[in-house]
Amino acid sequence: MTKRQYDVAVIGAGPGGYVAAIRCAQLGLKTVCVEKGETLGGVCLNVGCIPSKALLQSTEYYDLLANHSKEHGISAEKISYNFNTMQVRKEAVVQSLVTGVAGLLKKNLVDVVKGTARFLDPYKLEITQNGTVSAIEADHFIIATGSEPIQLPFLPFDEEMILSSTGALNLKKVPKRMLVIGAGVIGVELASVYKRLGAEVVIIEMLGRICPTMDPAISRGLLQILKAQGLDFQLSAKVASAEKKMKGITLQVVVNGQATELSGDVVLVSIGRKPSSSSLDLQRIGVKQDTKGFIEVDGLLRTTHRHIYAIGDVVDGAMLAHRASEEGVVAAEIIAGQHPHINYLAIPNVIYTSPEVASVGLTENEAKEGGLSVVVGICQFKGNARARCHGDTSGLVKVIGDQVSGRLVGMHILGANASEMIGEGVFALANKNTLEEIANASHAHPTLSEAIKEACLQALARPIHM
Amino acid sequence: MKNEIKVPSMGESISEATVGNIIKPSGSLVAMDDEILELETDKVNQVLYAQQAGLVTLTVQPEDVVKIGQVIGFIEAGEGKGSGQKEKAAAKEIKAEPSPTPPSSTSLAAGAESIVPIKEAAPQASVRLTKEAWLEELKRPQAVPKKESSPVAQERPSSPPLKPPRIDVAPLKPARSETRSKMSKIRRLIAARLVEVQQATAMLTTFNEVDMSAVIGLRDKYKESFAKEHGVKLGFMSFFVKACTSALKAFPEINSYIDGEDLVHREYIDIGIAVGTPKGLIVPVVRSCNQQTFAQIEQSIEAYAKKAREGGLSVDDLQGAGFTITNGGVYGSLLSTPIINPPQCAILGMHKIMKRAVVVDDQIAIRQMMYLALSYDHRIVDGKQAVSFLVHIKNCLEDPARLLLEVS
Repeated sequence: MTKRQYDVAVIGAGPGGYVAAIRCAQLGLKTVCVEKGETLGGVCLNVGCIPSKALLQSTEYYDLLANHSKEHGISAEKISYNFNTMQVRKEAVVQSLVTGVAGLLKKNLVDVVKGTARFLDPYKLEITQNGTVSAIEADHFIIATGSEPIQLPFLPFDEEMILSSTGALNLKKVPKRMLVIGAGVIGVELASVYKRLGAEVVIIEMLGRICPTMDPAISRGLLQILKAQGLDFQLSAKVASAEKKMKGITLQVVVNGQATELSGDVVLVSIGRKPSSSSLDLQRIGVKQDTKGFIEVDGLLRTTHRHIYAIGDVVDGAMLAHRASEEGVVAAEIIAGQHPHINYLAIPNVIYTSPEVASVGLTENEAKEGGLSVVVGICQFKGNARARCHGDTSGLVKVIGDQVSGRLVGMHILGANASEMIGEGVFALANKNTLEEIANASHAHPTLSEAIKEACLQALARPIHM
Repeated sequence: MKNEIKVPSMGESISEATVGNIIKPSGSLVAMDDEILELETDKVNQVLYAQQAGLVTLTVQPEDVVKIGQVIGFIEAGEGKGSGQKEKAAAKEIKAEPSPTPPSSTSLAAGAESIVPIKEAAPQASVRLTKEAWLEELKRPQAVPKKESSPVAQERPSSPPLKPPRIDVAPLKPARSETRSKMSKIRRLIAARLVEVQQATAMLTTFNEVDMSAVIGLRDKYKESFAKEHGVKLGFMSFFVKACTSALKAFPEINSYIDGEDLVHREYIDIGIAVGTPKGLIVPVVRSCNQQTFAQIEQSIEAYAKKAREGGLSVDDLQGAGFTITNGGVYGSLLSTPIINPPQCAILGMHKIMKRAVVVDDQIAIRQMMYLALSYDHRIVDGKQAVSFLVHIKNCLEDPARLLLEVS
């Protein structure tokens, strides 16, 4: 049998796809990466993780200067911002990373083909780009087509007044009043951006709490802090219908049984994301998807066809860029005949509000429901020396351990730099470390990370600084 | 609806088996016809397939000995979805274990234990450690505690003294290292059999050489019409089988075996043909060779090769030969001493056909020559018979008309 054109064809150049392609190439597989967007990098780089973090950083600096310079003895009159400049900077950051991804693929000798891919048969893709049609044959495929925002049926996105995260990141000007439907990660992050820039922001959430996947101690703490920052929360509120007016949107909302109306200049609908794979024509080759559209995969990330893999948001699981990347590496290694391993429990979760939230492992409830006899340790940043130096002492570290083995089963941080600190928890979980071992490790002084040591000591009933 | 997983019948003489590689451990979701686990016997390996889709629960571990008909688990009917994270059933240990590799073919040139090759692309265990699997692993009592950390207590624990700081870093694997892996059951059995036959029999080998010009000439002349007429290629093997059949008819004591104190002679001629497959050496048996034509012999061999590749060989295909032909020539062997396949008393080794300078009618000629080796059990066969047997084969091959005319 003649060898096919490629060993592996990766569909999608987001954090799942481009990482998978690079790993395949490293392992000696002849690889092609197909991308239908104008630029590489997927949602993450272009309209997700990166642009939002760039805006969050710019607005955080503005907030710091505008609202906290005085207490540090800095006199800063007339602090103002130019939203357009922030957007231009954001674009530059995105551009630099997109170019970076292209460079990495080139360096690793991965062929890049632009166009929309569609399966003609289980070993052949048809690629369409601007009317031109071509074909690619490969022995293996990795589907990394990601996800897209879910829209409410009565609020179809127009990305001007009715926004998905994409539109919310690309607004031309700061709205006076912004409604946000959904108090998950995306909702609270984008709400923070515009609140800091002076918008009135109302967040409408169906459940009785925000960021429901977080440990309750964390989500309660975050809610208090965000409220104190001026964000208006309407919890246990369901949006029944909407009316698009000339100069804004009015939502009919039911809060605790009471019908009420909320209006704003724009509304961001951030109620979740759903998998994208419709253009692939998976039905044609019989690749199974579940009722929500996620591609079904087995314990080796293989779809119905043993040579077609699927990774990232298009597969059910935490919709995180780094999860997609891990799965991309694993799929590449499996194709190359290796025996990799992915520990989903050791994949961290971050919210980039200020203060940040980061967590890895089980929440307290999950640990209890899992049948573990649980021990908990909490250290508030109020007692942390570095936090005092910073001036922001909000937040806490919460560690959850298993009494029988002494092992860490969950770490949850609400506080500045949480995203950078969570690595300690990731490592401890992956390597089955105990609370004792974490507590015995030296943590530099003065740092925020000492709160991790202290929380573990607290769980072991021998805190030093509490 | 629960479907019991039972140990199937694996051949007349087989009453028990050993559980080998577990492909889908307890807690896995399987689709119908998915491979669940492998069962090993001293003759054959067999894969157990799922008879319905659902959740697998196994009550056995690798190395467990099970009886034919024993229930070793069950499948509970379900959707048979792919194992996503939402699985409530805890998936078992997830570290991907490399599937045991069947013994390679090279060292088992002759007299090898009959093995059915394990199906290509046997899936490994899941590599995705889900939350449920992680919890299950955490809760499993540790045989040897990983570290000396005291379990966390509610009151002030007497903490173990802080260990002195570890300065050493785990050394990188040195360049001259070894790796150790356990021998599979099949390999252990083969090893034992090979040693046993050499100790139990008085085995020696006699050699001869054969000028293959006549056979090669016939093949070249008739290969196309043969293929056209019979739908199968004319190989060397049919000539060899025919020659051996003729020789076994002339020397019936070689078509015999020792059973206790009896010498049992077979009236029928079943010849095992050693075939190399990617997964190892197998020896399917061509039955009643004395009644088979050239075409039928070639067709049997081709059918076996196909079955072997697709993993469809049964124990019955591999049992009951009275004589074996093995061909080391395909790998390039010029000469070798094949090991007898017990309880047979002889084995013929074919080798590489090579052009050599030989003396024909007092002249040097270039002929396509092949060395033949006949290993035999001297307890049953004496030297004169063995040598004459081999000469008979040689004559039939050098002058195939003898086969037609049934002249020795």
